[in-house]
Amino acid sequence: MKYFEDVRVGDTFPVGSHTFTAADIKGFAARFDPQLFHLDEEAGARSHFGALCASGWHTAVAWMRLMVDYRRRLAEAARSRGEPVAGIGPALGFRELKWLNPVYVDDTVNYASEVIETRLSNSRPGFGLMSFRTTGINQNGDAVISFISTTFVERRPDI
Amino acid sequence: MPKLHWEDFQKGAVAVYGPRLVTREEIVAFAAEFDPQPMHLDEAAASATMLGGLAASGWHVCCLIMRVIADGFIVNSSSMGGPGIDEVRWLKPLRPGTRIRVRATVLDTRPSASRPQMGLVKFLFEVIDDADSTLTTLSTTLMFGRRPAEAPA
Repeated sequence: MKYFEDVRVGDTFPVGSHTFTAADIKGFAARFDPQLFHLDEEAGARSHFGALCASGWHTAVAWMRLMVDYRRRLAEAARSRGEPVAGIGPALGFRELKWLNPVYVDDTVNYASEVIETRLSNSRPGFGLMSFRTTGINQNGDAVISFISTTFVERRPDI
Repeated sequence: MPKLHWEDFQKGAVAVYGPRLVTREEIVAFAAEFDPQPMHLDEAAASATMLGGLAASGWHVCCLIMRVIADGFIVNSSSMGGPGIDEVRWLKPLRPGTRIRVRATVLDTRPSASRPQMGLVKFLFEVIDDADSTLTTLSTTLMFGRRPAEAPA
């Protein structure tokens, strides 16, 4: 990740994509969201979703994993060029999370995160706060999730 | 226990679910799978970060809220899921060995304008520890089926 000063509103990160298999969906639901429409094909078919679908939390945490991996790739590339790597996190939270469409078995969701706001931190002088709007779009082009998260990003030490 | 429907949620009602002991092992396991940042994986690396020590991923806290309320009342209800989350604030780190409870406050209820079989319930969920500190707040609207006229209460 770049330093706070090196990121602009409008910068967009192609975070990556995840495919939700039936085993993946049921395994997550059994641990964290054991509602029948996330656990069982027949119960999913009887529900208003019409088929087994992923917990919304699963759709959200899949982004987090991809984002961590994406940042790690950026950091490794920067280090290989001899450039410093800015610290990021923790996050303060998120808002306006919308589960726009169900994620069904074998759907592939492609996530991107756009910087929508930057401001200096009052409490942490070495850090700025950055807000991202993340959107996840399935293989049919339909948005399935969007949310705005806010996280600390380290400032350039020379400023 | 009778199955809960939309009609059973009253504005102002407060209930507490749990407790749930959150172990170091599950914090690290969740992070390794979904949020492999050093502050959620390793004590030494975490102590060098703003969190000042190992703490659960904020997304893990959300998933724990989901599990505690699922066991607490959602699974025994006409839940139809939720359209989203208004806001989550990770106020304080969730440390290994913390026993959490989830306090659920009904902020509002209303029938669905578009689907007569459904009603909406707006909740505030707060994760609290044994010292009654609030670690995380989550506000959301959940969808529930309405009680069929012929069904027993």
